[in-house]
Amino acid sequence: MTHRSHRLLSVRSLARVEGEGAMHIRVRDGEVESVKLSIYEPPRFFEALLRGRRYDEPVDITARICGICPVAYQMTACQAVEDACGVTVDGQLAALRRLLYCGEWIESHTLHIYLLHAPDFLGLPDALSLARTDRALVERGLRLKQAGNQIMEVLGGRAVHPVNVRLGGFHRLPEAAELDRLARLLRTARRDAEETVAWTATLDFPDLHVRHALLALRAADSYPLDGGVPTLHGALPDAPALTSFPVGEFERHVVEAQVPHSTALQASADGLRHLTGPLARWRTAADRLPVELRDLGAAAGLGEVCDNPFRSIVIRAIEVLWAVREAQRLLEAYEPPPRPAVPVPPRAGVGHAATEAPRGLLYHRYELAADGTVVTADIVPPTAQNQAAIEADLREFVQQRLHLDDAELTRQCEQAIRNYDPCISCATHFLDLTVERG
Amino acid sequence: MSTPRPRLAVWKFSSCDGCQLTLLDCEEDLLPLADRVDVAYFLEASRAAGPGPYDLSLVEGSIAAQADVERIHEIRAQSRALVTIGACATAGGIQALRNGRDLDELLSTVYADPAYIDTLATSTPIAAHVPVDFELRGCPIDKRQLLEVVSAFLAGRKPDIPDHSVCFECKRRGVTCVTVAHGTPCLGPVTQAGCGALCPAFARGCFGCFGPSASPNTRALLPLLHADGLPEHDVVRLYRTFNAEAPAFRDAAGDALSPDEEDRR
Ligand code: SF4
Ligand code: SF4
Repeated sequence: MTHRSHRLLSVRSLARVEGEGAMHIRVRDGEVESVKLSIYEPPRFFEALLRGRRYDEPVDITARICGICPVAYQMTACQAVEDACGVTVDGQLAALRRLLYCGEWIESHTLHIYLLHAPDFLGLPDALSLARTDRALVERGLRLKQAGNQIMEVLGGRAVHPVNVRLGGFHRLPEAAELDRLARLLRTARRDAEETVAWTATLDFPDLHVRHALLALRAADSYPLDGGVPTLHGALPDAPALTSFPVGEFERHVVEAQVPHSTALQASADGLRHLTGPLARWRTAADRLPVELRDLGAAAGLGEVCDNPFRSIVIRAIEVLWAVREAQRLLEAYEPPPRPAVPVPPRAGVGHAATEAPRGLLYHRYELAADGTVVTADIVPPTAQNQAAIEADLREFVQQRLHLDDAELTRQCEQAIRNYDPCISCATHFLDLTVERG
Repeated sequence: MSTPRPRLAVWKFSSCDGCQLTLLDCEEDLLPLADRVDVAYFLEASRAAGPGPYDLSLVEGSIAAQADVERIHEIRAQSRALVTIGACATAGGIQALRNGRDLDELLSTVYADPAYIDTLATSTPIAAHVPVDFELRGCPIDKRQLLEVVSAFLAGRKPDIPDHSVCFECKRRGVTCVTVAHGTPCLGPVTQAGCGALCPAFARGCFGCFGPSASPNTRALLPLLHADGLPEHDVVRLYRTFNAEAPAFRDAAGDALSPDEEDRR
């Protein structure tokens, strides 16, 4: 234990996250004075570059904001532009979109669980080292991830930046044989997902209880994925929802502000520090899960409200299982629609949409001219919304662990940050840790 | 384990991480590959960050901030072979659409106080800064091509990556030409193969995400794109997307531009 009066801890480049960021912690006289999560990845200016593009282009362009959740961007962009044009895509085309999104949830969550997050719980640097001690475990993760990728390849053409999504639906409908193959793969995936839930429940969770407002979509008859009503809960465990509001009013509630130490904007909801993602979805919509899945959560130690971000890995595992089952349900109910897409004629207007990216709520707004030219675009990614909450957690987390040496404290902070599966490419549109002890 | 395994490093610059992710997406080949190489530096996958030198560096992303310029020189100095992966690294990526635009205006679109932001006015490919041993195209790259490039470099041979156009892949796959059959505008004739003619196979025209093929005749394609119903400014936009700064596409966009369009930019 160090008794220097000043301490500066710094993770100069965060590992196993999407994108580039750093963390600086300043400790003075035994008190954490400041925690700064800085995202130094240079901005990529998507919102500015979308101006003047044609209304059917954001679907392909915004996918490039993030290679891990391109479908979230594609689905949100489509819905927001369609909203501006007064078109709603429903029926089997909406079901196919949902199936594609399930593929991304399975792929992205499994990547995070097995390759990015689990090594922390086991004290290993990466999944490759984990494969040396438990190859079957990593192989199970890779197999499950591949099932997600296969859904994305069948429906989207490829897993990173699918090419088959368009306004109104798809360029081409999947063939029956391809869907049969997916249905077979999903049977194995379901077993793998069930085993994943059971395994994550056995991990050792550090003690941390956070107090943030939680924001997620709440859908009428399902766990939230491709739509719903933004619903904000306060930090108190048993309080009812503070507010829910139509997506069109999103920007009146969720406000982004720039902070000097980061290229990513930080957002707050109704003036509250809020969090999106698995903890928020669980709080807002666990009652929408099939009862067996809720029971699995209870057996794994999840209450109605989960305030320990380390346990988000369990929620993710349950969400993977849910997505596998949802994909199976969609496949069983599938009947080919008459055409791959409905027409979306341009008109002047403003459109909004929000969906649940694996790491949290994602919002898009487009303002279109009458000929379909994009006049302005606004994108609020989950990491921008989660940043302030992550900083606040780290402040408390570090305060409780000042007795640790810098190397161990740094390791644990990185783990705490990875709880959020932060997508820094999204947020700049991660982590270099510095702890300054004083 | 008597001979040391070749040391692999994966680096990121301005990008979406999609090309690195393609390496992790090589599911059934990932663990066998990891058995053959020593993954010395790959922040997206591991917190182990071993010092150089490295036998093979894979570089994703474009140079978009001042600090990037110094970092890429250090990486080059530490790498026996340096391969760039993806449209960001080989052509500046989608973020190169900022090039030639007013940086202050761009910054103020996104930030209330642009003064804090460290960014260059341009996004440039890696090869504009250091010598590159091989450039792998795509937004994102194709995983079979990535495995071929890594295996080739590990074996000390030249990668077998074709530089002909997407049209060849359509013919080989037996995909009906979307332009001939449906009058769909398609950049396939001038775009480099590698994706397996993905978009035409999905009944869609190619939008050039693999960048220009070797000596593409973009002029000859222009009347065809017009005949397929694309007005000038749409042709310009088509070229000015993920590989806007690849010279052949940049020039093609310039050729398609009429003078009054030029003014609007
Ligand atoms: S080339 Fe495309 S897929 Fe690859 S990092 Fe750049 S934006 Fe992402
Ligand atoms: S067909 Fe063209 S746009 Fe489509 S994936 Fe291939 S290179 Fe990219």
